[in-house]
Amino acid sequence: MTACIAVEGLEVVFDRFRALKGVSLEVREGESYGLVGESGSGKSTLLRAITGLAPVSSGTITVNGKRLGKTRDKALYREVQMVFQDPYGSLHPRQTVDRLLQEPLAIHGMADGEKRIERALDEVGLGKGFRFRYAHQLSGGQRQRVAIARALILEPSVLLLDEPTSALDASVQAEVLNLLEEVRRRRKLTFLMVSHDLAIITHMCERLMVMQNGEAVETLTASQLIGHRVSADYTRNLLRASEGFVRV
Amino acid sequence: MSDTLLEVDDLRVTFPTRTGLVQAVRGVSFSLGRERLGIVGESGSGKSQTGRAIMGLTPPQAEVSAKKLAFDGMDLLSISPRERRALRGNRIAMILQDPKYSLDPVMTIGRQIVETLRTHEKVSRAEARERALAMLQAVQIRDPARVFDLYPHEVSGGMGQRAMIAMMLVTGPELMIADEPTSALDVTVQLDVLNILDKLVAERGMGLIFISHDLRLVSSFCDRVVVMYAGKVVEQIKASELRDAQHPYTRGLLNCMPRIGFERHPLPVLDRKPEWAA
Repeated sequence: MTACIAVEGLEVVFDRFRALKGVSLEVREGESYGLVGESGSGKSTLLRAITGLAPVSSGTITVNGKRLGKTRDKALYREVQMVFQDPYGSLHPRQTVDRLLQEPLAIHGMADGEKRIERALDEVGLGKGFRFRYAHQLSGGQRQRVAIARALILEPSVLLLDEPTSALDASVQAEVLNLLEEVRRRRKLTFLMVSHDLAIITHMCERLMVMQNGEAVETLTASQLIGHRVSADYTRNLLRASEGFVRV
Repeated sequence: MSDTLLEVDDLRVTFPTRTGLVQAVRGVSFSLGRERLGIVGESGSGKSQTGRAIMGLTPPQAEVSAKKLAFDGMDLLSISPRERRALRGNRIAMILQDPKYSLDPVMTIGRQIVETLRTHEKVSRAEARERALAMLQAVQIRDPARVFDLYPHEVSGGMGQRAMIAMMLVTGPELMIADEPTSALDVTVQLDVLNILDKLVAERGMGLIFISHDLRLVSSFCDRVVVMYAGKVVEQIKASELRDAQHPYTRGLLNCMPRIGFERHPLPVLDRKPEWAA
């Protein structure tokens, strides 16, 4: 098992605000790793820093043994793809699904577009019938499936998932989580997944990191969390909150 | 729970669209005493439109009809807009989902609370201020005098939602409709806000309609749950008996969420039957 993503002492600063204060983590190849925390804890910023969407002010990020520089080269995005939280915002409203899926292929000069698009749609459980629709003609769950297809079409080895189901209804969430698990198994993908929901993270991930105020609170395995073997008070609070409302 | 506060019989809300009429709510009936009632459903199930119709906030192009829609014996559909306005914010109040959008961004929190109060009651400025401060205290805001003069963007989501609750409770309503009051908040803050809401509702003997997509949260908070699907009520059940729910939709909703300590791969998914919507 080698480290697929290694992050060392990562700092992200927006103006004077330190969004990440020296965070380190290591995701092994083929592993599913979760990041949990409340809003403002820096969990999404960490994903965005890896893809180059947030400014890194110090620290290192290594993906598949290659250290990332100031700019990301195209090859990285063949390996690492991201699925965003809001499927209503992440798909171009005036492009058909077909056009959306062609874009990454064109950027990377991949041949066989026709076949790849068909296969990608098949893989996420959308038939050919969806190929020439616009985003507004799809439901939230279907849109998220398109977003996943767009990420998978480049055959990456790592998926970064930023709250992929928090905009979806519970029943649709179950479908999308099942789909993600299935593609991960089939393609032996590595997941780095962000969620505010402990139950989703323990369902999807083997290990996880709890974050608060731009810092790591603790790193746990899913079974430690399930067995309530946690050491930080903050994690205990999160656990209690996830059990729902209790009248005092 | 003997006195009925609200009676809803065969409520329908119809929207005209380019492709014809769409019924968002199709014959919803329930009654409410001084208790906590949850309305649960997925997006598009008509749960929010049900709440808005009771409040009288349905968009003007839509049509609301019902065999009976009565609040404290008053027929809400036949009274004048003026009488309706007098009820709204006074005897019936509503908490909306996201304090970022539902508070006025260019007015301090204190002024908004005072405005609500002075709209409905003849009180002096000084007294209104006193009552607003007391209300902010009641929602467990530590430094009410400071928060009174803050603008909504200067407070956190949890604080904003408390201010919203304060604003809605300051007139002492008898019926409170809370539409996803905690969905925009972090889980840890969620519980604080729910605790405050729970205490105030119990102390003041209000009727509460709690609208949410989260069946588990609603069942832990409410006495009774109405489950909606495609504009209809598919099941009404006591929250304590939710585990014995009959309808496959209710059971499916309960089942499909991942839970800590219950390993299920893949998660069970809802097998939607067309007859549920019939």
